[in-house]
Amino acid sequence: MRLLSNIGTYFLLMGKTFSRPERHSILYRQTMREIEKVGINSFPIVVVISLFVGAVITIQTNFNIENPLLPKYLVGVTVRDSLLLEFSSTMVALILAGKVGSSIASELGMMRITEQIDALEVMGINSASYLILPRIIAAVLFFPILCLLSIMVGLFGGYLACVLGGVMPPTDYIYGIQYAFYPYYISYALTKTVFYAIIITSVSSYFGYHVKGGAVEVGRASTRAVVQSSILILLANLILTRTILS
Amino acid sequence: MIEVKHLYKSFEGEFVLNDVSARFEQGKCNLIIGRSGSGKTVLLKSIAGLIEVDEGEIWYDQQKFSHLDSRSRRKIREEMGVLFQGAALFDSLTVEENVLFPLDMFTRQTRAEKLDRANFCLERVRVSGSNGLYPAELSGGMKKRVAIARAIALNPRYLLCDEPNSGLDPETGIVIDTLIKELTEEFQMTTIVNSHDMNSVLEIGDKVIFIYKGCLCWEGSREEILQTDNEALNNFVFATNMAKQIKRP
Repeated sequence: MRLLSNIGTYFLLMGKTFSRPERHSILYRQTMREIEKVGINSFPIVVVISLFVGAVITIQTNFNIENPLLPKYLVGVTVRDSLLLEFSSTMVALILAGKVGSSIASELGMMRITEQIDALEVMGINSASYLILPRIIAAVLFFPILCLLSIMVGLFGGYLACVLGGVMPPTDYIYGIQYAFYPYYISYALTKTVFYAIIITSVSSYFGYHVKGGAVEVGRASTRAVVQSSILILLANLILTRTILS
Repeated sequence: MIEVKHLYKSFEGEFVLNDVSARFEQGKCNLIIGRSGSGKTVLLKSIAGLIEVDEGEIWYDQQKFSHLDSRSRRKIREEMGVLFQGAALFDSLTVEENVLFPLDMFTRQTRAEKLDRANFCLERVRVSGSNGLYPAELSGGMKKRVAIARAIALNPRYLLCDEPNSGLDPETGIVIDTLIKELTEEFQMTTIVNSHDMNSVLEIGDKVIFIYKGCLCWEGSREEILQTDNEALNNFVFATNMAKQIKRP
């Protein structure tokens, strides 16, 4: 019963969020601010994690297919497809759910308990549209860029493992990452990322926006936002993979 | 003028407002006083439209606010300034941006005109020179002043203040109260101040209503409050032993 009530409240909030914005110029300004907070500030973590994961996948794959019958370039193929199909979309989304999701939930939660959201409402401003819509737009626009960045940096990480770690000949790796490449995989990864962006920002906003109480509840809302976003990302991953790749 | 008629509000079956009717005059500081948990914040938030009442009517001059749709309410809200207990300044905006906020949202003025208005409001509440500071860098009293500047930026007809001097020392509290009183008279606003601070009552209360257990228990002027026989009000006003001794003769 409570689940149904939460789902209902979530969709009511989204209805309020996607109603006509107060002023398009202000929506644009807010969206630019959020792109910086949600997107550009996530660059370092995405770069660092993707670089290391790309290198590790290369080393592990090479270690596991030590077979004279299997050509070396298959390591490159595996690294590329792992990054494209799962890591750079789903795993990066899970990381962003932790970073961006908790930040959104706690920021909105603090605004709620310090009456800043009430202040917006009492001015006659649609607080949901003003606060949540720019975050969703920023994430939908910028998360795909982070996904592409993650793919490129991950592939570069694998290359570094070959060059600096001597895992395998770099030429085989380069050949592998170009071998039997389906551009459709990129559309698949970007499509998933857009869905994940909506899930992370809307679910986190929902938890933050409805905080009641004090600092403890803000912390709880932040944790719930990350946990629920992560579960929904995994569920969406299953559904989207079944739908898009079948 | 703001008028409430037969307001009822309950939470989980318990009445917080029970048949409250009152009239708040224009150009005067109308104070709602009462103990913590008596229902005064619910009353103020109901008047502001942040809480929907179960029954009753809320009138802003000739308009029945409680029965308006959200679009029509918005027009009244543009004429309403609200000062929250914790000031409710937007953390991510500077002092100047906070005051500019309602102007950006609701006016088509040029940037220079908006800045002029923001600076006028900040000067009026005597915090000019702090334009670039963030709320976290301000003292409690300054936050309240900036919140007042934001509340009056659109030249409102109604000013609602929820415990404007809570968390402030008595001297700073009186400064804020006096500022509210001055602005009320200067701009002929209908001001409602929610307070449990007797200093405020005696300093600015042109009209005082006392809420006790969700009911309007007493109303009158600040002079009358000292001579009343109402037991609940006397217990509230003369709460300390020293005050009781003053009252006794």
